[in-house]
Amino acid sequence: MAHTKIDLRTNVHIEPFSDSAILIEFGKEANKDTHQHIQQLTRYLDQHSFLGFIEYIPAFTNVVVFYDPLVIYENYQNSLQKVSPYKIVSALLAEIMEKLNGDGEYNPRIVEIPVCYGGEFGPDLELVASINKLTPEEVITIHTSGEYLVHMIGFAPGFPFLGGMSKKIAAPRQPSPRPLIPPGSVGIAGVQTGVYPIGTPGGWNLIGRTPVDLFLPKENPPSLLQAGDMVKFRPISQEEYNGWKGGISI
Amino acid sequence: MSITVLRPGLLTSIQDTGRYGFQKYGVIANGAMDVYSLKMANVLVGNKEAEAALEITLMGPMISANKDMLIAITGADLSPTVDGLPLPAWRPVLIKKGSIIKFGVPKFGCRAYLAVAGGFALEKLMHSKSTYLRGEIGGFKGRALQKEDILEIGEYSQHSMQLFSKLQNRDSAGSFVATDWFIDPQLFFPSSNETLIRVLPGRQYHYLTEKGKKELSEEVFQITPQSDRMGFRLSGPAMELQEKGDMLSEAVAFGTVQLPPNGNPIILLADRQTTGGYPKIAQVASVDLAYLAQRKPGETIRFRLITLDEAEQLYLAKERLWKQLKHAVLLKQ
Repeated sequence: MAHTKIDLRTNVHIEPFSDSAILIEFGKEANKDTHQHIQQLTRYLDQHSFLGFIEYIPAFTNVVVFYDPLVIYENYQNSLQKVSPYKIVSALLAEIMEKLNGDGEYNPRIVEIPVCYGGEFGPDLELVASINKLTPEEVITIHTSGEYLVHMIGFAPGFPFLGGMSKKIAAPRQPSPRPLIPPGSVGIAGVQTGVYPIGTPGGWNLIGRTPVDLFLPKENPPSLLQAGDMVKFRPISQEEYNGWKGGISI
Repeated sequence: MSITVLRPGLLTSIQDTGRYGFQKYGVIANGAMDVYSLKMANVLVGNKEAEAALEITLMGPMISANKDMLIAITGADLSPTVDGLPLPAWRPVLIKKGSIIKFGVPKFGCRAYLAVAGGFALEKLMHSKSTYLRGEIGGFKGRALQKEDILEIGEYSQHSMQLFSKLQNRDSAGSFVATDWFIDPQLFFPSSNETLIRVLPGRQYHYLTEKGKKELSEEVFQITPQSDRMGFRLSGPAMELQEKGDMLSEAVAFGTVQLPPNGNPIILLADRQTTGGYPKIAQVASVDLAYLAQRKPGETIRFRLITLDEAEQLYLAKERLWKQLKHAVLLKQ
């Protein structure tokens, strides 16, 4: 699948995020086009960062690029006249986006995550089933038949914001959050599904648990998943869960 | 060479200038709340400015020096002493082996930084020695310091060695030797009674009602006890939004002012999550972040809206001052 070209005049909106960060928005809605434009820019920045660049945080419809205003000011004022660091970075990024011509294939990684559904790992599986007038088995079948796009990683280290869950298994959040959700828990909140990489309080309906670590603090990248990946869930038995060793190969 | 923690204090943790480059993977930045004070403490003892130091919160620890060592304390004035005598801050101090450093009453600010020449000999995790307290990783065993912890010190730089021998050659029978020169903390915290925090309008500033906008720039907000390194939870007038509805999660930054549905703003700080879904009504100007980080629960702040251009000029001026101070210290050493 080829990228669509970024049109600076119609598709892109640039605004200050702080005095040391800039936001580039590629659309108002989270869809595949917007996502691919974000991917093009962030992959370019991974390869060719500029002097003064610190890092970026991608989201559903935009990317925030953090920079060092002093480095920018001191290094680019000759070529781009004496203007504000924001204006310099804004011009630099516009230049970069002109170069992104939509060439290159879009080949997302497909990451299969094993999940042991129900039982003690998925105390809310029955609830999600009854809300949707389904059997627990049907919920598992629908959840495992989907392909989910990782729009962004955020909220907690390695936590994927996934798009593409079927509305047939949607379920509102728990009325009050659980004080501690165990790491690896797979949950549903509204029309979203996700996996908790670390133990944290949360109000999601828990339907299962994966034995695979999503947050890998000693590795680079420290996250199993990255924005742009496609995720599939595969059901495993309690025995497989108990005997699981290490991660998964991608 | 090492130090031993005899009493941990309220919250003492290892922090450097932060864990940057991994926020796209949801990894929290962490790092010092008051980065300028941390950097100055390091420069004073001849370390690289981004080295890790102890961040000490309100009620300081009790620490013993297991060898002669060079330290500097900056940031909040938490009444530090060495073997009972006042320990001069904002300058390099040679502490004699066996001496005990203690902290007393907080006189100004909330967070002090104690840097040791050579830095702390800790493994970096994702390019940083900062402690991620909630995630229980990084720093010293991923946690705040506890009684009986022993922290090893790293190798001295050329600068640290020169400074160390200069102070060692001075005749002193006491527990410590300090330089007679020091950095004036007024340069960092211009007036200790000022409560004004300068902010830029946030990305969803226009979501605020006209009344809300007025309240943001005119009312007084109190820092509540539910505040920590993750964020300051403020109480004040419950501000209202004219635009509601779900917002997609997106990036946040150090100093982002979020407005949750209850109308009480939260200022995100060093241990903030990487992304958030609440409307961002304001963004603290970088120039005021260190000052903000020194406010304590119970104190009040006010916001003043400034333009991007003003914020940039203020930041550049502060960075230039910082560079001058750094050079001045290097010349003294």
